[in-house]
Order: sequence, then structure tokens, then C-alpha cells
Amino acid sequence: MAEDLALKFKEQFPLLERTVRGGKPLIYLDSGATSQKPTVVLDAERAFYEQHNSAVHRGAHQLAEEATDAYESARATIAGFIGATPGELVFTKNATESLNLVAYAFLNSTLETERGLEVDPRFVLRPGDEIVVTEMEHHANLIPWQELAAKTGATLRWFGLTDDGRLDMSNLNDLINEKTKVVSVVHQSNILGTINPVTDIAKRAHEVGALMVVDACQSVPHIPVDVKALGADFIAWSGHKMYGPMGIGCLWGRTELLKVMPPFITGGSMIKKVTMESSTYADPPQRFEAGVPMAAQAVGLAQAVDFINELGIENLAAHEHELTGYALDKLNVMPGIRIIGPTENVDRGAAISFEVDGVHAHDIGQVLDDAGVAVRVGHHCAAPACQRYGVTATVRASFAGYNTKADVDALVAAIKRAQEFFGVAGDSVEGATDGS
Amino acid sequence: MDLESMYQEVILDHYRSPHGKGELDPFDAEVFHVNPTCGDEVTLRVKLSDDADPLVEGLGHVGQGCSISQASASVLFDQVNGQPLSEAMPIVDEFSMLMYSATSDVDIATLDDEKLGDAIAFEGVAKYPARIKCALLSWMAFREAVETAQASKTN
Repeated sequence: MAEDLALKFKEQFPLLERTVRGGKPLIYLDSGATSQKPTVVLDAERAFYEQHNSAVHRGAHQLAEEATDAYESARATIAGFIGATPGELVFTKNATESLNLVAYAFLNSTLETERGLEVDPRFVLRPGDEIVVTEMEHHANLIPWQELAAKTGATLRWFGLTDDGRLDMSNLNDLINEKTKVVSVVHQSNILGTINPVTDIAKRAHEVGALMVVDACQSVPHIPVDVKALGADFIAWSGHKMYGPMGIGCLWGRTELLKVMPPFITGGSMIKKVTMESSTYADPPQRFEAGVPMAAQAVGLAQAVDFINELGIENLAAHEHELTGYALDKLNVMPGIRIIGPTENVDRGAAISFEVDGVHAHDIGQVLDDAGVAVRVGHHCAAPACQRYGVTATVRASFAGYNTKADVDALVAAIKRAQEFFGVAGDSVEGATDGS
Repeated sequence: MDLESMYQEVILDHYRSPHGKGELDPFDAEVFHVNPTCGDEVTLRVKLSDDADPLVEGLGHVGQGCSISQASASVLFDQVNGQPLSEAMPIVDEFSMLMYSATSDVDIATLDDEKLGDAIAFEGVAKYPARIKCALLSWMAFREAVETAQASKTN
């Protein structure tokens, strides 16, 4: 996608026209946190509320029928985007809930087996069993597994990281072994940008009979993801990072697994039969969608999928890849900049974390903000990855389809200004002072 | 210009050469405060005298964070170290009011410049909600450390 096409794409996002901090054009480099929304997505949500609003899967009236149809059509569109069928796609509040849903299937199955109920043994964890994650997980794909391990007595293990920001795959066969019951790995790191070899890891997980979960929050919005090719059993992602609304997340799971999983959140519309003593539950995906669902958001997300498909996810991916290469080329040679994550534009996505010698990330973020450049600073909910690389906070620039090389140039200029402002400009990498 | 109003020279000076930085020993109380959104952290120790109105005999802070959090710990040291609590705690109150001046109905004109000293330089920081916590981090740690120290002395 050429620069002029990116600009055309950008025109469809009303928010990107606004100015910040006293009239400066907004340079939005925080799509890794959340993307902006195109007009068509906003219109789709509004149209749902204006014309079809009703609680789905309830009611005998025409609106209920239309709302249900809109919600289920949205499910089909979104499932199709990752090469899945609608019955395999569960809507949640966000990706964090999706991951918790899977972790709690293990916990609830384990509790049920302790009460003598028959459950699928693949979801039962006992002391001695192992859960495997990586050191680059977002807290959303770490803490649910920490909790699960603590509650069941299972052991949490993890892939370490190499100095150049990749997963250390050298002990794959030791790490994932006969004791492993579940492996949960981020597809593209939100902090490092690394794209992990999840297919290889899934293959090993399946060799030992473990289930494979993939946190795909940073991949589904940016690169083509086909669940069959990926080889995972579950993938979780959120709608708001892919030009869709906030308040909706997705969990794809293999049908035969979803079928044997106990529910996570219970209540209305996830049941089959209810008496005062006990209840039985609906088939997936409804079993995992208690309460009135977020129909307008589902409609908005389906519209976001259509919006992406119009340009083609391959074209978006190619554009972001080129932009990432352009940014890496500039940042790699800038004095006083250390990239935290892969410095090569290979198996990496459009999120670049870095620190600036002598200036804390928060202060860099402030100077960038003053220039209208919006980045994220901090540990990016990936504190263990920060610890691994000896930093408490990084600056992260993350791109989406609407970003251009001019945005990268603005970023670089703003970093230079920050270095000047804090009196560290011109320091060579070797001669830079330690800011801690 | 907004940036200069936030990063006043006096703040940058404190950041570059912080006062009260280091592990105080002996001490009466140690607290650890963290700003979970950005990872800034401070470990702060205090020592109080046994007077009826205890003196802040010592204050030491270590940690890592942005220029605002580091500078504000340094200014805290300057303003409260060696002061009796009857004077130190109202300074903490004044500083809290200053930090919320842009987002509440506190009138800056009513604040006591003498109590605040260099801390008045943080007025510009108050305009950025995301940075208020950076500025308050060590001051809130100090308040808790004093309470902990006093509780341990009465036990």
C-alpha cells in the first residue's frame, strides 16, 4: 500500500482529523493499545440502535428477530475472517475475558472431578501437571494461568527470551513434556513486537496431548490468521484493536473442546433447563454468553471486518511491515536509542518498544505528546518482559493501516527534541549516561 | 509553552541531583509505593524523634521513575526533613492541594508559598492528570511512613 493509499485509508477515521495540545495534528501511534474507528463502524453501531435495537435471543417480536439475526450474522462474518465457522466463535467482553474463560474451564473441570462428576480429563489439573506460558506474555495471558496453577497445585513454567527479543526455543521439548496440560502463548508480543512460532509450539503441545491457547490480540488485527493453519485449540482477541468497538472480545475454540467445557459466567440465556435445585446448560457458543450480549458491538465488529476485507488484510499487513522496516531503520541508527525487541524486520509486527538513554519513558512520552505524537509508555502490562530486559518502562510506538512514513518522521523528530530538551542530544550509544 | 511550564528548571535540577536519595539507617518505618500504570516505584524510610511533636530526623528514598517522581521526592526531602510533624504534615497537605489544583476548586492563591518552597514548581504538572500520581508518589509514601512509624512507637 503506497503512502497515498494509507492517507486515503486514514480519511475514513474522523478522530484522526482532530488536533491535540494547542492545535497540533494528532499523530496516533498507539494502535497496539486500541485502534481508532472508521465512520462505517460507528454508523453500523448507530444503525443497529436506531433500527433494530432489542435484546437478542429473547422476545417474540420483530425487533428481537432482527437483532438476533444481526448478532448471529455478525458472528458468521467475524468467524469467517479467521477461517472458522460461527459455532466455534464465542463473544466475550474482551480478550482478557476470553483467556479467563479457558483458564476457568480448567479450574471448573478440576473442581467438578473432585466432586465425582464426569468431566473431560484434558481439562483436569492435578499437582505435578504443568502449564506453559512465555516470559513475554501480556498480564492477561499470565495472571489467569498463575491463578489456575495456584488453585489446582499445577506448576507454571515458561519459555525464556533471547537477548534479541525472541522466544528461547532451545528447550522446547523439555519445557513441553508429558506433564504439560496446557500451553498458552502470545502470537505477537504487544511489547516486543515479536511474532512467535506458535504453529511449531502447537505441534509440540499436541504431541504430548496438551491443549494450545494463543493470545492473538496483536496478530488478528494486523496479519492474516487462519485458525486451521495456526494449529491452535483456542485463540483469543479483542474487537477494539481491529477498528471495531470496545466492549467485545472473541474466543475461537475447536467445537469438540467447547462442547466439553463447563461454563465460566453463568446466568440467563446460557441454560437449557433450570429448576430450583440445578440447571443444565446450552450448547456452545451460547453456553459461554450469559446475559444480554453486546449485539451492537458485534455488528460494529463485523463491519470492521468488512472494512478490513475491502482493502485486504494482506495489503494492510504489507503496509504495516514496510512502515515497521522504515521505523526500525531510523531508530536503529539513532544515538541513545535502544530497541527492546527484535531490531530486524523479520517475524515481527508493527509495535516497536524502545528506551532513550538518560530520559525516562514517561518524560519521553510527555515531550512526544507535546508534539501531538501519541505513544504508550510504561510496562505495557508485560512487566516480566521489562524485567527480563532490565527496564522499568519503555516507550512504544505501534502502527495500524492509517499510519504513514510521515508519522514515523514525526516520531523521530519528537524523540530528537526530547533528547535536546533533557540535554542528552548527541550522546553516542556508548557514551550515553545512565538515566536511572 | 506547556513543556517548559511542566519541566521547570528547578524540577530538572532536583532530578539531576536529588536530595535525600539513599537508604536511611537506622529508621523507624519503611514503605514501598508503586505507580502501577507506569512502574514508577519508591522505597522511603523515615526516622522520627521521641519528642511530643516528633521531628523528622531522617528521610531517605530510593527507587526509579520519571523526572517528575524523582524530583518531587527530592523536594519532599528539602521541605520536611528536620521539621516537626506539626509543620511537616501541613506541607504534605499543601502539596496535595497544589497537585489537585487544576482538577478541583482549590485556589492556588490560597496556598502557602513558604510551606511549599520549590514544590510550587510542580504547579504545571498538576495540569496533566496522568502525571499527578508521579508527583505525589513519594509524598504519599512519606505520609504512610510517618503513620507507620508513629504506630510502632506507641506499641
